[in-house]
Amino acid sequence: MKDWLMKSVVVTHSIGLHARPSVKFTKLAKGFSSAVEVARSLTGPWFNAKSIVKVMAIKAGKGSTLHLRARGSDAGDAITTLSGFVASEFDEDRTNAASG
Amino acid sequence: MLPAVEIRGRPASEGIFSGPVVALGATRIASRPARDAALERSELVSAISAAIVTIFTLAAKNVGDAADILEFQIAMLEDDALKARALAAIDQGASAADAWWTTLESEIAGYVSSNDDNFSARAADLKDIRDRVMRTLAGEALTQMQSGSIFVSDDLAPTLFLETDWSQGGAIALKHGSSSSHVAILARSRGVPMVIDLGEAWPGNYEHAIVDGTAGLVLAAPAPALVEAYTKRSAAETAQRDTDRQFLMKAARRRNGARIDVLLNIARVEELEQIDPASCDGIGLMRSEFLFRDGAALPDEEEQYQACRSMLKWADGKPVTIRTLDVGGDKPHRGLTGEGKSNPFLGLRGVRLTLARPDVFRTQLRALARAAIHGTLKIMLPMVTLPRELEQSAVLLDQCVSELQDEGKACSRPPLGIMVEVPAVAIAPELFAKAAFFSIGTNDLTQFVMASSRDETSAADLQDADHPAIARLIAGVTAYGRANQIPVSLCGDMASVPRHLPLLMEAGLTSLSVAPAALARVKSALSRI
Repeated sequence: MKDWLMKSVVVTHSIGLHARPSVKFTKLAKGFSSAVEVARSLTGPWFNAKSIVKVMAIKAGKGSTLHLRARGSDAGDAITTLSGFVASEFDEDRTNAASG
Repeated sequence: MLPAVEIRGRPASEGIFSGPVVALGATRIASRPARDAALERSELVSAISAAIVTIFTLAAKNVGDAADILEFQIAMLEDDALKARALAAIDQGASAADAWWTTLESEIAGYVSSNDDNFSARAADLKDIRDRVMRTLAGEALTQMQSGSIFVSDDLAPTLFLETDWSQGGAIALKHGSSSSHVAILARSRGVPMVIDLGEAWPGNYEHAIVDGTAGLVLAAPAPALVEAYTKRSAAETAQRDTDRQFLMKAARRRNGARIDVLLNIARVEELEQIDPASCDGIGLMRSEFLFRDGAALPDEEEQYQACRSMLKWADGKPVTIRTLDVGGDKPHRGLTGEGKSNPFLGLRGVRLTLARPDVFRTQLRALARAAIHGTLKIMLPMVTLPRELEQSAVLLDQCVSELQDEGKACSRPPLGIMVEVPAVAIAPELFAKAAFFSIGTNDLTQFVMASSRDETSAADLQDADHPAIARLIAGVTAYGRANQIPVSLCGDMASVPRHLPLLMEAGLTSLSVAPAALARVKSALSRI
């Protein structure tokens, strides 16, 4: 089994990763076959990025650092897309443009 | 029988309704022993599926924020994380209802404990989900939506409002809530009386009550004589509405015959479908924010052009004043509005924001200039504070017009006016002699003059626009406009409230822009002044 691919991104959006962005975030995550997880601390606990219940529960407000990790055939794409989504303040269009 | 009691709250939507009480939210289904685990499991799974289907149906009928809220709820219900925990509880011997309740309670506790309002506020959505599934499990789904009831709750979930049939009347009485909440806005637009902030005084268990949304109080278990008195008053108000209705299609005139222009405040193009253009003198405030759905891609020029064009077509030559993008303050827009400002009402919003984002501003100005050839279009700038904001906007508009001409696209340059809502402008309107028109926005003007934030319930009693300071500013702006041939109108909520109208007439205003629901009432009241 390959190692996790990781990336950290700061949530700069004023309201944080709240309801509507979380819906989009998990939808994007579900588009990848890889396992994708999120955490607020590098030491975990890690949560399934495809679960809106989990993503909401980590309460990633403005200024918090979100750690992403993915493992699988499209892990690289998953990390690029999801970190881009957060970095672009949940702008789907810019995310899509950035990921190709 | 419980003794009669009067509970004071605050008004959120006017009108009176007397009827049976339906308590919501507190529906905790009586615990019963769990049956066979397989049976409990299938009951829960089908209750969750039923809830998803119901919300999905509701979402299909809604757009904008309402649709987004519903989509979030669907996503939460579809997530296995909640379901799996409840199913595990069933496997340990709990009933479907107990398992779901416990699972959601622990999840809600996590939200409530958050110091971040953006997360703690989501507890309301989880409660909405919790109760929907609980009601389905109890087979209560239909009784909740009964027409002609008073809905009593801590706060009201938007989904419940949206799926309730209000055709037989009804009212809302909330322990908490806010008059600027989504539900309050919906209640006012549909004429549903609503009282908020009743506090914990609401003892529940009352079968009958009167909701007085005008005075902001609830009379629980009223004596028959009181019901009769209120029924009379309600009848009088209904009669007044009938009288008002006769004014709907007439041109507004004061008692002395002086003509007053009464225009409409519109938030969405779809609203126009319900309104006869002959009933008004045009659109005094068309909010353009509906084009900029929060979180969605920004609308392109063509989309904006088509939307503006359809409004002008509806207006059929009558003036349509379109306000340029006014996000920020109580209308945040992800991707456009500033982040982390502790007081966004005083921050980068309105024209400040659009000038800082010329890409967004130019797209809108180009669309407006192109649409302008289809009718009488005026452009209004929100939150103007300094003359240079008007000047810079005028330069941008001129540039857009000449670009369009170079590109060979049909367009014309609409008149450019300003909202008068920042005290600096209301105090010194002479600095804005170049504005094509003034439109006084009393909602923001009041909050700034009274130092009382619109999103802060604790200072809500300071929000009354009926203060001499506000009256003086309105009179000053109106007098300056008249002396200098600058048309002045007023588009704040104040114009929709009959008791404020004498003051506005005294100030010399001859043009008002009001909520569609207030059109007949305002014309009727003007006829008596």
